[in-house]
Amino acid sequence: MATQALLAGNGAPTFYVTEEEHHPEGGSTMLGFWIYLMSDCLIFAGLFATYGVLGHSYAGGPSGRDVFELPLVAVNTAMLLFSSITYGFAMLAMERGSKSQTLLWMAITWVFGAAFIGIEMHEFAGLIAEGHGPWTSGFLTAFFSLVGTHGLHVTSGLIWMIVLMVQTAQKGLIPANKRRLMCLSMFWHFLDVVWIGVFTFVYLMGVL
Amino acid sequence: MSIDTPAPHHGNPTGHDHLEPHGSMKGYLTGFILSVILTAVPFWLVMDHVITSPGWTTATILFLAAVQIFVHMVYFLHMNTRSEGGWSMLALIFTLVMVIITLSGSIWVMYHLNANMMPMTPAMAESAP
Repeated sequence: MATQALLAGNGAPTFYVTEEEHHPEGGSTMLGFWIYLMSDCLIFAGLFATYGVLGHSYAGGPSGRDVFELPLVAVNTAMLLFSSITYGFAMLAMERGSKSQTLLWMAITWVFGAAFIGIEMHEFAGLIAEGHGPWTSGFLTAFFSLVGTHGLHVTSGLIWMIVLMVQTAQKGLIPANKRRLMCLSMFWHFLDVVWIGVFTFVYLMGVL
Repeated sequence: MSIDTPAPHHGNPTGHDHLEPHGSMKGYLTGFILSVILTAVPFWLVMDHVITSPGWTTATILFLAAVQIFVHMVYFLHMNTRSEGGWSMLALIFTLVMVIITLSGSIWVMYHLNANMMPMTPAMAESAP
């Protein structure tokens, strides 16, 4: 470790390190990504708090009991849960070093994720068609913001998944691709965790 | 992700091939079965009105959600106190504190704000500045 001494004005030497410590490439990626997810968690905390405050401000519009269709939400939740376990299988295939199986499980995950987004779009379109758009009341504004932000995250995850499938297909399971796949794994499972809060706090408590 | 940071910085120049295997088939399946149960039960409780008191239903589904979040953290996100030398757990705890303050603080403050507002009739609202 190279150090250099400087003589300060009063003659006392001070030392500083001239070489950065060597960090292996990607060694801190997982922690960095985790901290990003935690900051994302705070965004959702703000949206949940907004929903908690505005969730009963109907302004003469419909309440959760009038607009939520629980069977549809149950199907949607199942889609996301299935996509979580299939991504888990993709990670296990990656561990085994099987590129084709990794790609296959990712494709299955993508289909489940796309089904989730499709059902959510159907729900949103139905609400807006009935005249219950986000402009109707504080409740619906908070609802669309919270569920829509989660949906945007899932959509980003789907785009990311396509990119990684192309990269894995072209370059194989190289360390850089493994690292990326693990980041997406964290992102995907994190979104499932947020969805637990959404279906409990918004949908189930909304119809009680 | 259960990655133990490569212990000394100089130690392992290959960087990433020494990752701990994260999760096993058994772990993922255990997590999945637990999540299916923990998802199905609250939907059943609410859709079939199993518990008559809405208060108790709310308390039960919130508890089940907390358990399910824990299950996902352990079996899918592979959280433990050792990964990344404990830093990811520390970040998680800090975030949880922030989330709890944000949620309970907002709801508490806004509830009291509403409760302390003077009741206003539509006629009063019209003449309000």
